[in-house]
Amino acid sequence: MKLRQVVNELNLEHLCGGDLDSVEVTGGYTSDLMSDVIAKAKKGDVWITNQKHLNIVAVASLLNLAGVIVAGGLRPDDATIEKAKEENVSLFVSDLPAFEVVGRLYNMGLRTNAG
Amino acid sequence: MEVSNRAEGLKETYDVAGRDFSSAGAASSRIKRILQQIGVDQGIIRRIAVSSYEAEMNLVIHASNGGRITLDISPDAVTILVEDDGPGITDIKKAMQPGYSTASDEIREMGFGAGMGLPNMQSCADELEISSEPGVGTTLKMVFMNR
Ligand SMILES: Nc1ncnc2c1ncn2[C@@H]1O[C@H](COP(=O)(O)OP(=O)(O)OP(=O)(O)O)[C@@H](O)[C@H]1O
Ligand SMILES: [Mg+2]
Repeated sequence: MKLRQVVNELNLEHLCGGDLDSVEVTGGYTSDLMSDVIAKAKKGDVWITNQKHLNIVAVASLLNLAGVIVAGGLRPDDATIEKAKEENVSLFVSDLPAFEVVGRLYNMGLRTNAG
Repeated sequence: MEVSNRAEGLKETYDVAGRDFSSAGAASSRIKRILQQIGVDQGIIRRIAVSSYEAEMNLVIHASNGGRITLDISPDAVTILVEDDGPGITDIKKAMQPGYSTASDEIREMGFGAGMGLPNMQSCADELEISSEPGVGTTLKMVFMNR
């Protein structure tokens, strides 16, 4: 599905990056441990996390993730948003708890990406 | 897979500043971009990106004064050499164990310090050699074959 569909369905706030109508979301991953995400998240995943510091951008960019959803009403600071703009990483926030975000994405048909 | 002639003999070194979380990941991004430009296989790029990121973060987090990452591309292999000037690792066997970490609480709150970096590098690289002298520094060499 397209990123646009995810954003609309979950009513996400789009902070920066990406063309919502062209980016394809192929799966999802959730974790707040950087070494876990870098090892297991796959290209095309949306990453749901409660981390909001600058380094989420490097991880998302290196893995070619479809986007990062910072959940639980947390907000990345301006430096993080600036970095995400530079790296063209799509960054979103949601007031919903991570559990709820993941559950809704699962209901939409998204699964853990095998490849 | 093939690496274009243009890439033969390519060698670059990047300085990684210690404790600088704002530019952490820059060396890994640069390495990934170069590998993409010369058309290295996507699966290999992923393994190198994961490993160089983990190595870069270890320099940022654990090395007193950061360190250096050297990318060395030959037709047969991509080699990543990671060097720092201390504090060194006293027990390498322990450091390689999944879950072992000396990271501070502050670092853990950022999601680092799971003790998974070295194990990740071990599983991604075709060859990994690590040597360290307490008080002097650590050298980590990873080789990725261009199958
Ligand atoms: N360059 C280094 N200099 C000194 N000590 C290091 C270095 N790299 C790793 N270590 C030591 O080895 C331990 C294990 O490293 P590893 O990368 O596996 O885990 P981590 O960095 O603690 O956590 P994670 O990588 O999951 O965020 C570190 O906690 C640290 O004590
Ligand atoms: Mg590490």
